[in-house]
Amino acid sequence: MDINAYIESGILELYVAGQLSEKENQEVYELMQQHPEILQEVLEIEAAVVKLTAAVSPHAIDFESFKGKLGNTETKVVDLKPQKPNWISYTGWAASILLAGGLLWTLNNKSELEEQLQTAETERNYLEIQIEDARENLAATKNLLNAIRDKDIISVPLGGQGDFANSYAKVYWNKADNTIYLDAEGLPNAPEGKVWQVWSLTLNPLIPTSLGTIDDFNTDDNKIFAIANANESQAFGITLEPEGGSESPTMEQLYTLGVVASTP
Amino acid sequence: MKDLETLVQQFQNKDQVAFKELYGMYSNSIHGVVYNIVKDSSIADELMQDVFIKAWHKADTYSSKKGRFFTWILNIARNAAIDKTRSKAFKQSKQNLNSDYFVDIITSNDNLDRSTDAIGIKKFVTNLGQKCKEVIELLYFKGFTQKEASEELQMPIGTVKTRNRNCIQQLRDMVL
Repeated sequence: MDINAYIESGILELYVAGQLSEKENQEVYELMQQHPEILQEVLEIEAAVVKLTAAVSPHAIDFESFKGKLGNTETKVVDLKPQKPNWISYTGWAASILLAGGLLWTLNNKSELEEQLQTAETERNYLEIQIEDARENLAATKNLLNAIRDKDIISVPLGGQGDFANSYAKVYWNKADNTIYLDAEGLPNAPEGKVWQVWSLTLNPLIPTSLGTIDDFNTDDNKIFAIANANESQAFGITLEPEGGSESPTMEQLYTLGVVASTP
Repeated sequence: MKDLETLVQQFQNKDQVAFKELYGMYSNSIHGVVYNIVKDSSIADELMQDVFIKAWHKADTYSSKKGRFFTWILNIARNAAIDKTRSKAFKQSKQNLNSDYFVDIITSNDNLDRSTDAIGIKKFVTNLGQKCKEVIELLYFKGFTQKEASEELQMPIGTVKTRNRNCIQQLRDMVL
């Protein structure tokens, strides 16, 4: 290796300036160990730069004046001349922090209120629905009441039969408009796969005529059903039949039966 | 004078006497470098002390294989000073930084007259060509890389290197 050419290249000046790569630094370090003339060159360059840079220093600060700070925590250094506090800046920051805080608070309040409003809205809607329901119920009940108070109505109590003595029902029959209102509150819910079937009967001879099944029995609230009946019925009966109803009543499953009182 | 390597090792072992000696060797240089960047005497005072305190606390991260001890601390100083100039508070207080080079600072530095090197340094900077002023300013005081300096000065990278060599050579002739 041509040591002189290496020195003349200017790489050692860059080395002292701290402008070489890690690898180049390593290389210069090793060459310094091997070649005293390279080490000497580096020392001289460094000495010259140290003097040059020192000449720019406005004044010296002796070691003792800051030795005490060494034990302190990592970086904090006490200002030699305490800076004038920048009150405008502090005030500005304080104001913006307050403002930000206020905005957050307001925002928070707003979303809370919105939530409450939402809840109130929901409750109001719910109440409206309830009122609506109650009105409908009332109307329906009034209709029902009117229907069974009608002077033409015939009331037929249906008593429990055989094993089903606890069951009962009542038929209100308006002959004028060929409708019966069956109040079936005394019947249990129809079991799975079964359905209540209503029959109109003539007694002599005994002929049952189906008035249909009550498919929505289990879900109906007031268990009062309006059923068309144009027959000259002498009695009404209710049996439990397989889903879809039967051609003729299953007598073992006759729950209630009532005879129409002969018209006075 | 103690061998520098031993001194640095003792410094790394938190020997305050060794630290004081290194401080004596380099504190003025570091002060000069940061002053040339921040152009404010009291900020430079503060920064220079910061740099040495940082060096003391980070002593174990230095390795002679990575470079000269002076170069290491010079690097800490330039970074600290440049960070300082980028801070808001600094920008607010220093709207108009004068663009003096180290050369202008040296020639107007009365303090220098007390130093034995003063005559040599002043003579050097007075006779220094513009290109030398620029190259030394960028590479040593501002911490520009060779490539950044070549872009700034619009000269080939190789020229930066050889010109710098010549400039430092002149400096050595004057002060050593």
